[in-house]
Amino acid sequence: MSKNGKGTIIEVTELVKNFGELVAVNAVSFEVETGEIFGFLGPNGAGKTTTISMLCTLLKPTGGRATVNGYDISTDKHLVRESIGLVFQDPSLDDRLTARENLEFHAVLYHVPRNIRDSRIEEVLDMVSLDDRAEDRIETYSGGMKRRLEIARGLLHYPKVLFLDEPTIGLDPQTRNYIWDYIEGLKKREAITIFLTTHYMEEAEHCDRIAVIDNGNIIALDTPENLKDDVGGDVIKLKTEDDDGAKEELMRRFPDLEMLPDPECKLCFKMEKGEEFIPDLIRDFGTKIVSVSLHRPTLDDVFLQLTGKEIRDEGSDTKSGMRVARMRANR
Amino acid sequence: MAEAIEMQDGESTQEYLHRNNTRRAMTGVYMVWLRDMKRFWRDTPRRIGTTVQPIIYLFLLGTGLQAAFKVFGGGNVHFIKFMFPGILGMTVLFTSVFSAISILWDREFGFLKEILVSPVPRASVAVGKILGGATQAMMQGVILLILFPFLFGFSVESLGKIVALIPLALLLAIGMTSIGVAIAANMQSMEGFPVIMNLLLLPMFFLSGAMFPLQGLPGWMTVLTKINPLSYGVDMLRGIALKGVSITGSTPSIFSKIPKAVVAQIPPQAKAAIANAVPKIQLQTQRYPLWLDLLIVIGFSIVMLGIAIGQFSKQE
Repeated sequence: MSKNGKGTIIEVTELVKNFGELVAVNAVSFEVETGEIFGFLGPNGAGKTTTISMLCTLLKPTGGRATVNGYDISTDKHLVRESIGLVFQDPSLDDRLTARENLEFHAVLYHVPRNIRDSRIEEVLDMVSLDDRAEDRIETYSGGMKRRLEIARGLLHYPKVLFLDEPTIGLDPQTRNYIWDYIEGLKKREAITIFLTTHYMEEAEHCDRIAVIDNGNIIALDTPENLKDDVGGDVIKLKTEDDDGAKEELMRRFPDLEMLPDPECKLCFKMEKGEEFIPDLIRDFGTKIVSVSLHRPTLDDVFLQLTGKEIRDEGSDTKSGMRVARMRANR
Repeated sequence: MAEAIEMQDGESTQEYLHRNNTRRAMTGVYMVWLRDMKRFWRDTPRRIGTTVQPIIYLFLLGTGLQAAFKVFGGGNVHFIKFMFPGILGMTVLFTSVFSAISILWDREFGFLKEILVSPVPRASVAVGKILGGATQAMMQGVILLILFPFLFGFSVESLGKIVALIPLALLLAIGMTSIGVAIAANMQSMEGFPVIMNLLLLPMFFLSGAMFPLQGLPGWMTVLTKINPLSYGVDMLRGIALKGVSITGSTPSIFSKIPKAVVAQIPPQAKAAIANAVPKIQLQTQRYPLWLDLLIVIGFSIVMLGIAIGQFSKQE
């Protein structure tokens, strides 16, 4: 149904969202290709959810334009909504209803034809291995099961694009892997484009392409491999008894050395073929070395290089934990 | 992809689109309503409370006030009969308005997003919510109406009144739920909703004549009762429920406390003068003509429905 057939499914041009004085999304432009897993990577508050909310027609953009599946997000809201599936950051199931009832509600709202409705519900339940729990109320579900059901629900109406806003937030590592297996399996099984946000670096590695977003700006957009290559070489981390003295010595002996701008790590630098450099380094090093570590660049390093800071879980999990606790207290 | 997607023979594109949209809008209303009903039905404490509440109002409040009236007025006014339509109005009122808190629940638990991002028109969602609240209010209304013949007698006339009261109460319920939805659509906090609703609702309720007759009030209060749309709603319910019913029983004669021999010596003219001087309790059962009540309630409900749909649709 996409007007442009194969090629791009999402086109974003100079999209802006302000909340009063605050610029949440600052004129971002990008394109998402049909059939890829596209990731938005950035710390909390970078503007990921705001962007996704605009693309899903939940928020009105302050400026700029965007199309999803060829439909304008401001003028063709209903057509956009029919083209997309959405898994929110926060749970959005009705926990008094059973899994099947939640899916039925969704199927009717999204006009899944009645003659295929039941079989489609079975299909998606089966896909996320919840077929045996279909008649149970959501209040009896664990966090991971709820998330799987939400993914199933997002797929129910054959969307062209599935938006996943922090799909694994608050889940344990095992469940996280499980969810990722589904997402990658999905891409193979269904003709679908996946647009996700995450602040977990390991997860961003699963994406075909990543947009690194910080303070409402896209600061890099490429495949994970290319982004890591741009960091250039391996990262060497040095710990010594006197970091300041060691730094001086390093700069004196290796003037070309490029230090990484990480406030947490004074002695981090990049080096091509790092494993061959380490013996040179520790031979005759004046300051006493406590440890040396070498690692291939990760997306963490990419982010560090681009922004001068690390992405952290800055309290996002505790916050959502508190939210859950508050919701329980209110019941 | 939708079920009514096929164009029928001889149908223009416009007709087809219109049919399809109307159908989708109706389906949306039904699903939102159905979900609210399921949630209500599965919540056993809420179900029991809903059933018992109107009976508590009627028997405790009605009986209490009836007794009070006897003491104050000295007569045996059937105040519980006077109260009945008021309690019906009150039940419908409070249940309708507070049902809208479900919107805030849905917001808190994220389900509202699932609904708002769906391709169903916002207006359908608002109407579904309003009908859901009105249905719950009407369940209570019907429970009260089942008790109607016990107070007013088992007769064809009572049955007729019940049949007339149901749609009128529903009309009122739709108007009142709309107020709740309009306000809930603009609120983020669960805590604030009951406060705001009470601020609005209690004056409306007290000035409606549901609890006490709006007679002999100070002028400013009479003005307030006249601009209160709910007064007309209660007046409408009362007018129908009490049509042809005498609620002013025979006032015991003032002479009953005086020994017979003494009474016999009072001249008949003096007796009549004394009897006339004692104020008779006369409760007004209908203040406005029924057509006026009906007109105002219909107008009020339509305006509120419009506002509720507007407010609900504009939220992001």
